[in-house]
Amino acid sequence: MPEKQFMMGNEVLARAARAAGATAMYGYPITPGSEILLWWAKEAGSEQGKKDDMVFVQAEDEIGASFMLLGSVMAGRRSFTVTAGPGNVLMQDAFSMCEAMRIPVVAYINQRGGPSTSTVIYSQSEVWLTAYGGNGNGYRIVYSTATLQELYDYGIKVFNIAWKYRFPTFLLSDGYQAKMMGEVELYDPHARGIEMVPTERYLLEEKRDRPIDEVVPKPEVHIRVQDGVEYSCYRNCLNLEEETLQVNLEIKGAWDIMAPEIEEHETYGDPDAKVLVIAHGIVSQSAKAAIDATGGKARLFRPITLNPFPKKALLEAVRGAETVILAESAINQLARIVRDALYETPGPRMIEHFRPSIGIYPEEIAELIKNA
Amino acid sequence: MDAPVAELAFPKCVRLESKPHLFCPGCGHPEVLKAFGYAVDALEIQRKVAFGVDIGCSLLAYDFFNIDTIETHHGRTVPVMCGVKRGNPDAVAVAYVGDGGAYAIGMGSLLNAAIRDEKIFVIVVHNGVYAMTGGQEAPTTLPGTVTATTPYGADNHFVKGPDMIRHVNPTAWVARGITTRQLGLRDLMREGLQHVMDGKGFAFLEVLSPCTLNWGTIERPDKTFEILEGKLAKTFKLGHF
Repeated sequence: MPEKQFMMGNEVLARAARAAGATAMYGYPITPGSEILLWWAKEAGSEQGKKDDMVFVQAEDEIGASFMLLGSVMAGRRSFTVTAGPGNVLMQDAFSMCEAMRIPVVAYINQRGGPSTSTVIYSQSEVWLTAYGGNGNGYRIVYSTATLQELYDYGIKVFNIAWKYRFPTFLLSDGYQAKMMGEVELYDPHARGIEMVPTERYLLEEKRDRPIDEVVPKPEVHIRVQDGVEYSCYRNCLNLEEETLQVNLEIKGAWDIMAPEIEEHETYGDPDAKVLVIAHGIVSQSAKAAIDATGGKARLFRPITLNPFPKKALLEAVRGAETVILAESAINQLARIVRDALYETPGPRMIEHFRPSIGIYPEEIAELIKNA
Repeated sequence: MDAPVAELAFPKCVRLESKPHLFCPGCGHPEVLKAFGYAVDALEIQRKVAFGVDIGCSLLAYDFFNIDTIETHHGRTVPVMCGVKRGNPDAVAVAYVGDGGAYAIGMGSLLNAAIRDEKIFVIVVHNGVYAMTGGQEAPTTLPGTVTATTPYGADNHFVKGPDMIRHVNPTAWVARGITTRQLGLRDLMREGLQHVMDGKGFAFLEVLSPCTLNWGTIERPDKTFEILEGKLAKTFKLGHF
């Protein structure tokens, strides 16, 4: 039976990972994410946690946490981390390696103020870092949540997407969602017909469903058989530019097949409204309230997957709009992705409402809609 | 009769297809790896070992063995192998790193893995220099040594790894070996592996090893030996800690 509970966003996330069957968390304390560590520390040490072979490690820093996560996932364990702000910066090192080797790590990222230490409170300034950070080409899946319920739903979903498609997968939340309390329906995914995708060992696997070099780019894995046993050697350092090219093209090939299968968005309001508000995450909730308050003059396009970005759906949404309002708690992060998607599409007039690291109230967006 | 010759020359777990190896003539890495390979053979754990190699010269060992291996980078091998062990408690997780990866860029991870008493075996190859990047100063470089980044001689302080590990973890297995004493090195490798296989906690082995290229002794094995046994072995105590 689903149960509705009143709880904090971070507890929702902690429980979502547990419900998804994750058995290991590696983290480093940082606001606004630490409550997830506390919950997991307690759960892992409990009687049931021990029975379920749960692992919790407080690492030396976010570099250590993210590389332990990588190792744990390569050992075939459903594992995750949580981070924010400067911690997210440090984790890019490991996330780049996961991108290169198609290692399905999961991270919950609760955006805080930026740049640098800034505030521990809130922002939408980690969109680019999360989607395109590191020294690769941005092949990581990013879901932007907007409500406490979505923290739970997508907190489970990210594990399945990661293991099905073998890309690093991130749930991008923020300090407001992490710290607010509200009503959430918790459920067992199996009871809802959600089957968890099985994990697989990259190292010391006895039997594979498909050859590992169909997942990991071929130049990065050497497989040899001795006495009937298959040994896999994974290589992170390449010798030739051509090998690196092949790695990148193989990653892109897998991404391009996956992208249309997982792109997600939400629309809200009268489809004929001439004003289109584009917002993601918690700002989209403000936009909905503003749309309700302005009597059907505007509608919403909200990308849920920020990467891959639902470009087709955006082009559809923009058709018929005379004015687009881009609202985000950052400067030009979502907007740049939107503009990129609209490249060469004759577009409507754009109004930017950039409020870096500060919340956006419905009244602000309503005012923009009225004046549009 | 090729096979018996190969068996004599190499441990069974060595990947013959990747030989000759990629290390420089006179490099100590193959000696360290050989000792490790014989220990793996002796303990019959070829299929149980997960071997992690760092960036720098250690990465050249990514396919040295028929052993599941992960090559990571910049001092991250220790946390990766901590994760592998936590993820799969049956794995014998081994981190193979140089003295730059262990004591500079990866120092935080190494020390904390020892403090947490992670059940992994860390092997540090100590040659006193950043070798692959062109002979820069390492945390182990001795005072006065001229390197690419200490053209006027290195400063007075350097790290003694095993002492440091012993300081933070009184129950760990800690030792230092040297490539000039291959049979003793094999024994140390076996002991370190056995410690983690028995689930006793952290095991740490530092090996004094030559970098003939950056030491300028590539054509003078006698000089290599002199530095190793005459200088390093006298500054850095060998044996158990």
